Amino acid sequence: MAVTLDQTIAQKQHTLLSRVFASQTFWVVIAVILACLFLSVATDSFATTKNLYNITRNVTFVAIVALGMTFVIITGGIDLSVGSVLCLCSMVLAVTMHAGYGIEVGIAAAIATALIIGAFNGILIAYLGFPPFVVTLGMLSIARSLAMVASNNTVIFQFGPDHDKLLALGGGAWVFGIANPVLYTILLALITGFVLRWTKFGRHIFAIGGNEHAATLTGVPVRQIKVAVYMISALAAGVAGIIQTGWLGAVTTNLGNGMELQVIAATVIGGANLAGGMGTAFGAVVGAALIEVIRNSLGLLGINAFWQGTFIGGAILMAVLFDRLRNFRRNE
Amino acid sequence: MSVLELTNISKHFGAIQAVNDVSLSIEAGQVVGLMGDNGAGKSTLVKMIAGNFPPSHGTMQMDGKDLILHKPVEARQHGIEIVHQDLALCNNLTAAANVYLGRELRRGIGPFRILDYAAMYKRAGQIFAELKSETRPRDLVKQMSGGQRQAVAIARTMLSQAKIVLMDEPTAAISVRQVAEVLNLIRHLRDQGIAVVLISHRMPDVFDVADRVIVMRRGRKVADKTIASSSPEEVTGLITGAIEQV
Repeated sequence: MAVTLDQTIAQKQHTLLSRVFASQTFWVVIAVILACLFLSVATDSFATTKNLYNITRNVTFVAIVALGMTFVIITGGIDLSVGSVLCLCSMVLAVTMHAGYGIEVGIAAAIATALIIGAFNGILIAYLGFPPFVVTLGMLSIARSLAMVASNNTVIFQFGPDHDKLLALGGGAWVFGIANPVLYTILLALITGFVLRWTKFGRHIFAIGGNEHAATLTGVPVRQIKVAVYMISALAAGVAGIIQTGWLGAVTTNLGNGMELQVIAATVIGGANLAGGMGTAFGAVVGAALIEVIRNSLGLLGINAFWQGTFIGGAILMAVLFDRLRNFRRNE
Repeated sequence: MSVLELTNISKHFGAIQAVNDVSLSIEAGQVVGLMGDNGAGKSTLVKMIAGNFPPSHGTMQMDGKDLILHKPVEARQHGIEIVHQDLALCNNLTAAANVYLGRELRRGIGPFRILDYAAMYKRAGQIFAELKSETRPRDLVKQMSGGQRQAVAIARTMLSQAKIVLMDEPTAAISVRQVAEVLNLIRHLRDQGIAVVLISHRMPDVFDVADRVIVMRRGRKVADKTIASSSPEEVTGLITGAIEQV
């Protein structure tokens, strides 16, 4: 039977299953599950409620920031300032509350700080054409220094009248014994996934990462969207900072130091492409989970902590290797 | 009445005079070949019509009304569609997503509106069928052939009721069979009463499909005549400067 043009056009090339198997995120999920199974058998301490509670909570800070970073990376940009912005926002929150203001004022101040920094980064990048790497590298330095200025480089551990509320916000477990930060992460991941897949804004972010020139020519508001993604990234860092402050119960000026690298690693392991045009919310969370499981397992298996970097670096290279292998096959 | 009328249009970038005092008019249902060597001012002229930048001097009129464009989106709102030379496609998106780029269909109420994937796949598929192109709306553009990519770029111009379609070198980088397809498509647009401006270096294509040819050299319009009253030899002479002006 001859195949008509209409049939050809209506044909679907990929089934749901083939798409799942082709995705890097899927294989990272498998890796996380295998690692967890192995650790449950190999150690007595992994599959305990307390350890799992710790792991899931530790994942969240990197995961939340990675969700914001995903937006930036999909557009083909990068945000190196997230660790410092996290620190600055925590410090703004701490200083405001320490001065006797309520938790609402503190959070509003921290969020406002994040948005202003994000807008500053975004405007330099989108309107003045600065390279994202340079702008956010500068901000990495500026934000941490401002955090030191704000606190006079002291540790803040008293948060005024709403001290207990803040600690409950970050350290509590309001639903079914799941740590609060985990709930926030799930919520934020769902929102991010929805925005990327179902909104015009999300579609345009992918278009900018795929071909910025084409996006401009077809009338996508490229500049506004770029400013927005850097604001989202800074906002994610700010939110993570607020939660982390509540969990730690103290803020120091080296909070979030070097975190940007972990965050970028998480997004890349989860399938985002630093060249732009690819990335998912689920991938960012799974990437963060894999890093944390590796970290945790090294401790439990009694391996010297100095090896941590080697294993995490190896995971990054492995994840990208899978992607390269798939492309080689396609090109042949 | 002409669809688009340019009167004494000039454009200079600093000291460089890219387009110099060009007047022309384009009628509905007419295919106009715009020819000239590299640097003759074709692209600059087209970019002004497309709203990429405003002319330094002169006026543009559409259907007898003044046309002032600040952005490409405004040109599109006036019914001016462009097929860019590099096609302006995003490789990481599907064919349907590329067709609808910048004017995505959405469904829902008020601010709660989500992308309408089903409707976009359906309409994109219909357009590809109309173009007789074997292009699947769900496929990524990354995996497509030159002809399919061309079909995706051209499908964009058919989303709305365009009055004038500007095509920048649509046949430059595709196979012989695909050239014939693109030329058929141009006739298809013309039969619907759309004015087509075909910017091309390929003499056979212009003489095959165009009704009129406009030749530019060094920013000036040096010829504007019907295809029937011209010849490839004459046009070549006009492009190179062997023939000064007609």
